[in-house]
Amino acid sequence: MTTAPAPTAAAAVEFRGAEPWRRALRLHGWTIAVWLVLLAMVPYWRSLSQQDFKFDVQALAIDALPLCFAAMAQAVVVISGGIDLSIGSLMGVVNVLSAREMVDMSFRQALAFSLLLIVLTALASGFTGAIITLTRIPDIVVTLGMLFVWQGVALWIMEIPGGGVPIDYSDLAVGDLGSTGIPNAAVAVFAAFLIIWVPLRWLRPGLAIYAVGSNRNSAYLSGIGVARTRVGAYLLAGVFTGLAGLALSASSGIGDPNSGATYTLNSVAAVVLGGVSLLGGVGGLIGVIAAAYVLTLSKIILLLRGTDPNYANVYQGALIILVVVIGGLLTRKTRS
Amino acid sequence: MPPPPSGSDAMNDEAPPLLEARGVAKHYGPVVALRSADLSVAAGEVHALLGANGAGKSTLVKCLTGVIRQDAGTVSVSGRASRPRSPMHAARIGLAPVFQDPALVPDLSVAQNLRLTGSSVDAVASQLDAMSLKVSFRELVGDLPLPILRMLDLARALTHDPQLLILDEITAALPSDLAERVFDVMNERRERGRSVLFITHRLAEVIATCDRATILRDGQDVGTMVPREGGEARIVEIMLGPEAARAEAEAAGRKEAEVPAPVAGAEEEEAAAVLEVDDLRVGVVQGISFTLRRGEILGLAALEGQGQDELFEALAGQRRVEGGELRMEGKGFRPRHPYDAIRRRIVLVPPDRLLALLPQRSVRENVSAPLYNTPLRWGPINMRAEGRRVRRAVDALQIDMRAARQVRRLSGGNQQKVTIARWLASGFAALLCNDPTRGIDVGTKRQVYALLRELAADGAAILFFSSELAEFPLVCDRVLTIYGGRVTAELPGAAADEATLLHAMHGLEADEAAA
Repeated sequence: MTTAPAPTAAAAVEFRGAEPWRRALRLHGWTIAVWLVLLAMVPYWRSLSQQDFKFDVQALAIDALPLCFAAMAQAVVVISGGIDLSIGSLMGVVNVLSAREMVDMSFRQALAFSLLLIVLTALASGFTGAIITLTRIPDIVVTLGMLFVWQGVALWIMEIPGGGVPIDYSDLAVGDLGSTGIPNAAVAVFAAFLIIWVPLRWLRPGLAIYAVGSNRNSAYLSGIGVARTRVGAYLLAGVFTGLAGLALSASSGIGDPNSGATYTLNSVAAVVLGGVSLLGGVGGLIGVIAAAYVLTLSKIILLLRGTDPNYANVYQGALIILVVVIGGLLTRKTRS
Repeated sequence: MPPPPSGSDAMNDEAPPLLEARGVAKHYGPVVALRSADLSVAAGEVHALLGANGAGKSTLVKCLTGVIRQDAGTVSVSGRASRPRSPMHAARIGLAPVFQDPALVPDLSVAQNLRLTGSSVDAVASQLDAMSLKVSFRELVGDLPLPILRMLDLARALTHDPQLLILDEITAALPSDLAERVFDVMNERRERGRSVLFITHRLAEVIATCDRATILRDGQDVGTMVPREGGEARIVEIMLGPEAARAEAEAAGRKEAEVPAPVAGAEEEEAAAVLEVDDLRVGVVQGISFTLRRGEILGLAALEGQGQDELFEALAGQRRVEGGELRMEGKGFRPRHPYDAIRRRIVLVPPDRLLALLPQRSVRENVSAPLYNTPLRWGPINMRAEGRRVRRAVDALQIDMRAARQVRRLSGGNQQKVTIARWLASGFAALLCNDPTRGIDVGTKRQVYALLRELAADGAAILFFSSELAEFPLVCDRVLTIYGGRVTAELPGAAADEATLLHAMHGLEADEAAA
């Protein structure tokens, strides 16, 4: 074939995408917005409450603690492209097991036992992930099965609520840092975020979790071990689930086989509200934490207003849809 | 195109070939993807791997790069038997693939993607520099257009300075200016004693750039040849097999006798305008005007991103028109939804086939989907009438119905035929073809050309974009070149040779092109 010399052989081809501020807004806008929503709720909350501010913040942090961890667990799995419906019932198992065993333990023994429980929960969750990747059965099917399995296990460990935890241990959740008034419960959440998630997020394992959630084929072709990464995501979620179960024990001081029931779907709600795409690969844990506080605070506000608890869920559900719809519309605007 | 290769004798040396595959076979259940393929690539050679769709090219590449595990056969690299276990392992032993699907994760930034694979950002940047490409590494991969992603993949593969660079249909999605840069890279690899395995459907590229070519047919290698000596005709003959090639040639001969491609100027004036575009503005399109007449194929030639995609999307109702006027059969309209366009019998064959198809449904359902569209047709579907129309379209296009239960299992060429067949079954006045032959084999391409000519002869008006310039004189009555969102030249189809098109596509003056 004869061709004239291509006239542009030397000309540079430059590609410019969205302007930097738009890209930043798209990447972090949702997270910032959820924190702003949380802040915006505060004045209304204050106007309703008769209590001291410090006391109220303490109560909110304690109330939100198990949900924060459960939502972080769910977020890790969802970012990796899966979903875990067994988080709540696995929390229940941790809750009853810790309450049954810790009742007569010293504080130090309780701490050591907690560590053991976290490891076991991580392994249990990793096992679920291994079943999913080995059998290639969809996440939702396997974890739905595990939901019932863990429910049964919890009832088998403890039929009726009982047990307890050492006072000092309980203080980890309900106390505050020294006498500064900063609630331990909030410190625990941010410490877990900083120690467990932040380093991972910027290293290859964390990027790999985002990669397999974003596009499994591209991730595989990039040389990522897809199965390994997905099991890793479940393992990591197990760590957060263990923390969530222990948070239940510490904050309530009692073991209850049904205590985890509401957390599975609430964790999904927090993940969605926190800006994590259910399709995987998008979002972060910091927005999810804010969302967990927003959900808890909205429940508190409804209680303060004297709303019938039976209707409170209607408002909360409507709130989630409203926020996500508004967020979705705004996101579409910045994309075009 | 780069100058013809030199030093193709290098591979006659006694040293073991760089890559040697023997008897590689792979089947998926009862379906044989690769029967038994041999391939030998010498050091310092640019080697083409050719074959019709479904001949087993991609399967062989996947076996070579550890994406899938072959059932039988051996692979050795530099004389040492080594079967790549994973894409990562393949890279370690010196095989760097650039796959057909981009291996970049869409929700991460370019820089994060590079970190994910352990590539050095600086090395990739200098590779891009060498190809005179500028891309910000902070961009999210999902925001980048496909051609840029292919170039990024290529740059990333090059940073490892691989013994063998494997390019799987990289030029299929590239505009001609970027394709040139790939050829430059291939030449440069050869000069440095490295090898390239080049998979493509574009035979002209093979003849211009490759030292040798191995041709696959039905999962077997059927010959290795020097493309420059054999020429396109010889390659096609080997690729299709002796009988098929003869039938093909006869069909082509008959075709030329019956339907002379160019439409005489006098006729043009008589033919009624079907689609009139007047000063259209949308996205980068800065005011394009043309008239598409009954019975003509109007070609659009352009480099990547000059507004052709926006033009197609606007006409098909996928994108809001920002200014100017559209008239369909004399009546003004502004499509706000693909339904508006389809109702006026303007139909689109998009560049990405899977965008237009329902991949998990059958060929029949895919072809008949637009038939369900008539609002007054509630109630049960007339299966017999539907079946008849679908069959007619399927026969007209010779769609291979063996895997018809799920469209996603068809080969690329057959999928493309289905996207055309659905509009044949429903009927149309104006057919918008945006790169209809992308990534399909030579035999199917010719069927598509013949079909478009037949449709035009029956009175359809067809707008035709292709990234392969050689197609324009074969298919089109007239060709418009677009540059920077404007029409830069109008040529009769017969005069639209590559040199002229290339000049006009780069926005150069017509007299300069003629010189």
